[in-house]
Amino acid sequence: MVQKLDNLAETPSQTAGPYVHIGLMPTHAGNPGSFATEIATDPITGPVSGEVIEITGAVFDGTGWAIRDAMIESWQCDGAGLFPGQPGADPGVSGHCRFAIDGETGDFTLRTVKPGASAGRGGTVSAPHVSLWIVARGINIGLNTRIYFPDEDNSADPLLARIEQRPRVDTLIAQKLGPGRYRFDIRLQGAGETVFLDL
Amino acid sequence: MTDPAAKSPAPQGPLIPRNPALHPVPLDPDYKTSVTRAPALPLLSMESTPSEETGPTFGHTPIGVLDNNLILNWSRGAAPAVGERILVHGRILDETGRPVPDTLVEIWQANAGGRYRHVKDSYFAPLDPNFGGCGRVLTGADGSYEFLTIRPGAYPWPNRANDWRPMHIHFSVYGHSFGQRLITQMYFQGDPLIDHCPIAATIRDRAQLDRLVAPLDFARARPLDFLAYKFDIVLRGRRQTMFENKIEGM
Repeated sequence: MVQKLDNLAETPSQTAGPYVHIGLMPTHAGNPGSFATEIATDPITGPVSGEVIEITGAVFDGTGWAIRDAMIESWQCDGAGLFPGQPGADPGVSGHCRFAIDGETGDFTLRTVKPGASAGRGGTVSAPHVSLWIVARGINIGLNTRIYFPDEDNSADPLLARIEQRPRVDTLIAQKLGPGRYRFDIRLQGAGETVFLDL
Repeated sequence: MTDPAAKSPAPQGPLIPRNPALHPVPLDPDYKTSVTRAPALPLLSMESTPSEETGPTFGHTPIGVLDNNLILNWSRGAAPAVGERILVHGRILDETGRPVPDTLVEIWQANAGGRYRHVKDSYFAPLDPNFGGCGRVLTGADGSYEFLTIRPGAYPWPNRANDWRPMHIHFSVYGHSFGQRLITQMYFQGDPLIDHCPIAATIRDRAQLDRLVAPLDFARARPLDFLAYKFDIVLRGRRQTMFENKIEGM
């Protein structure tokens, strides 16, 4: 006999369903008033060091339809590569944002500061990226992915380096539309399917 | 509004890899919407990085005194919501059994008739003018939380011709790192609709599904006022970092 391994198991996920916004973005859902303040409405909460950028995009299902009911959360470091809470991090960067897909157009918009390269374990450096977490009706466990930038050096990024099918790297890199403006589309399934993370 | 100055978490190790067998299958033909929304390709395996090991903190987030009271928070106390009054309480732990303090727990749910306050919900049941359907609270030092609410009604939904959702409350939980993020649903002990629900059935392991079914808890009920249900949630754990200062590595 051995000692009992008494670690606990993670609680199973369930879909956020079609009405996730009434709980997490009540004002967006047309129900302001349950709370005096809402959380994570803006990833930048004051003056910031670095470039303020705007990323627009859509989330397509396996039929090519831009779905209308997803909620996305982003998390990122500041312009110098420091995450909120780390010593010296930019106090104007909360790093966290909730945003919804427009129910009419199918597009989302994230206005934020362009993240810097961030240090990882063992001397690794990640290229600038924004982490995303996507929930919606029909998504049984939230999907993690990242937005990288075409005007940065992504050649040594540890995550991108793990992608064996090199054309799939492109699914994680935004298109540049103009100064400070990017497009990032997410494909849940099928041709051009976005790389999602098992971490 | 996330407060970056709130309690900066102590450095911790990588996340313990997620065990997909504990979770729902991504694609289940009986839950029709999942058929076109589940990734078809394998997810990319990776060890967590600071992007997943750090996360938003909520220690200084202004939480109102009624934010976890769904009976009163929509009407601002002017009139209570209609329905069977219940207390839902529990603890947030991680996989190593440690409590998760100072983290945000948010819930949303249908009203007593089974209708959500949402423009797309067209079920016949009336909207309750005194019920908004969402609440939030920060966990205490021991990871505990509680909500006062009304028992949500079951309702039919467009999937197969006659599918019904069991009574349920949606839970959104953060933990202390972005990689611990979890949305799940709490079901109620004794509800026969759980065994007929295609969404509940996306969890193949019955023992795992049973962990989402909250038991009736008379110890926390208040006589002549409300019944109570207990719902504990386990988030992902972190590995130790004790060898990180060994330059030569392990």
